[in-house]
Amino acid sequence: MNPSELRGIVIATLQGIAPEVEAARLRDDLPLRRQVDLDSMDWLNFLLGLNKALGVEIPEKDYARLTTLAALLDYLQHKLSERSAS
Amino acid sequence: MIDFKLPSLGADMDEGVLLEWKVKPGDTVKKGQVVCVVDTAKAAIDVESWQEGTVAELLAQPGDKMPVGTVMMRLLAPGEAATPKVGAGGIEHVPPGAASPRKVGAGGIEHVPPGAASPRKVSAGGTAPLAAERRRISPAAKKRAAELGVDIDQLVGSGPQGAVTLEDVEKAAAQQPATGAQPAADRTREMRQAIAAAMSHSKREIPHYYVSEDIPLARMLAWLEETNAQRPMIDRLLPAAALLKAVARALADYPELNGHYRDGAYQPAKAVHLGVAIALREGGLIAPAILDAQAKPLTKLMQELADLVRRARAGSMRSSELSAATVTVTNLGDQGSHGVFGVITPPQVALVGFGRIAERPWAENGGLKVLPVVTASLSADHRVSDGHRGALFLRSLADWLQQPEELAR
Repeated sequence: MNPSELRGIVIATLQGIAPEVEAARLRDDLPLRRQVDLDSMDWLNFLLGLNKALGVEIPEKDYARLTTLAALLDYLQHKLSERSAS
Repeated sequence: MIDFKLPSLGADMDEGVLLEWKVKPGDTVKKGQVVCVVDTAKAAIDVESWQEGTVAELLAQPGDKMPVGTVMMRLLAPGEAATPKVGAGGIEHVPPGAASPRKVGAGGIEHVPPGAASPRKVSAGGTAPLAAERRRISPAAKKRAAELGVDIDQLVGSGPQGAVTLEDVEKAAAQQPATGAQPAADRTREMRQAIAAAMSHSKREIPHYYVSEDIPLARMLAWLEETNAQRPMIDRLLPAAALLKAVARALADYPELNGHYRDGAYQPAKAVHLGVAIALREGGLIAPAILDAQAKPLTKLMQELADLVRRARAGSMRSSELSAATVTVTNLGDQGSHGVFGVITPPQVALVGFGRIAERPWAENGGLKVLPVVTASLSADHRVSDGHRGALFLRSLADWLQQPEELAR
C-alpha cells in the first residue's frame, strides 16, 4: 500500500469517529488527539477502525508512540510491510 | 383503556416532536417495545412502552410537538374489548396518512406546522387547532426536511396524491441557497437552552456540597494493562469502565447518594442506574444510564459503555436510558483537567466527577514516589446527606479501585 492510500484510509477512519475533521486542516506534526479532541473511547474506536480496515493489531503498549499523524502513519506502514514480508 | 403518555426523557428534556410511530392500531404492544421515535433538543429517542396491550388509537401524529406527559395513544389492556364506535365519545380510527382533519384528545398535543418558527403554546387540556390540510409526507422525508432546513409547505410533491418524498426534499435542498448550517445551529441552541434550564433548576433547588479525594491508580492500571495484553483489541477495557464500576459498587453502602428527591421527599433506589455524561461532538452533552451497573461484570460494563457512547453520538437512544439514572458520573478523561466539581442532575442527589489520570508525586509511609493518580469528587445534595458521609463514600471508592480483580466480577 502506498503512503497516500494509507493516509486516505486513516483520515476516512478518523472521520468516521469525528465527522467534523477536515483533512486539509490536519497537521501531521501536532498531537492528533489534541487537534481532533478524541477521548479514550474515541481513540479506542479509531484504532479498532484501523484494525478492521488494515488488519493490523495495535497493542496497547504502542499507544504512547502514536502521538502525531506522522508517527501513526509511519507505525502503520511499518506494520504493513512487516506483514507482507513474513 | 390505558393512556400511553410521552415519558420523561431526563431532567433537561421536557418536550418532544413525534417523528414516527412504530406501531399502528390493532398492533399488540409488549413491555419494553419501542412504540415511536421522538425528537428532542438533544437526540431522536426511541420511546418504549412499559405497558402491555393492543393499540386502540394513535392520538399524536408525526410532526406534533408535545410536552412530557401528553397522552400519545390509547391501549386496550390485555383482555379488554374494544369500545364499540358510538358517535361522540367513541374512538375515532384514523387511517394512517389520512388527510382529513382529526380530533385531538385532551392531552395538549400541539400541532406545529412544518417549518413554523415559533411554537405555539397550548393551554393544558385544550384542543390545539389543526392545519386543515396536513401535507402528505413520510416521516423520513419530514426529518430530512428539518435537517436540511427545507420548508415543505413550499414543495410540490411528486409522490402518490401529491405526497412529498425524500427525493423531493433533497432536490429542493440542492436548489436552495446554502443555509445548511442553520438547522445544526438551531439544535445547538436548543440543547444549550435545555442544559441551561436543567442546570439553573439544579442550582436553584439543590443545596450542593462538594468533597474530593486523590486516588492512586497504579495497581488498577497495571492490572488493566496486563488484562488487555491478553485480549483482542475489540475486548480491551478502558480505565473509564473501571471507574464507573467502582462507583456503582461503592454506592451500595451509601443509599443516600443513589436515588431521587421528589416533592420534598427522598427515595433511595435499589439498583444503581449509572448516568454517564457523554460530550457530543457538536457541543453539549447527554447523560444516558447504564442500567444495574453494580451487577454487571467489568467486561459487560465496558461493552455497554462503548455502545452507549456510540449511540449517544449517533443520536439513537431509548427513553428508559434517559430517564432511569439514579446518579451521574462525569469523567473528563485523559484530555481533561485535574478535577471537576459537577452540577447534580435533578431529581438525582449526587454526581461523581473524575479528572484526568496523570502521574503525580505521592507521599506514603514517609517516602515519596510518582504514581498515576485521579482526583475523584462528589457533588451531593445537602438535603439528603452530609459531607462526612460523602467523604466516607469517596474513601470507599478509593478502596474499590485498589481491588481490580474484585471489581472485574
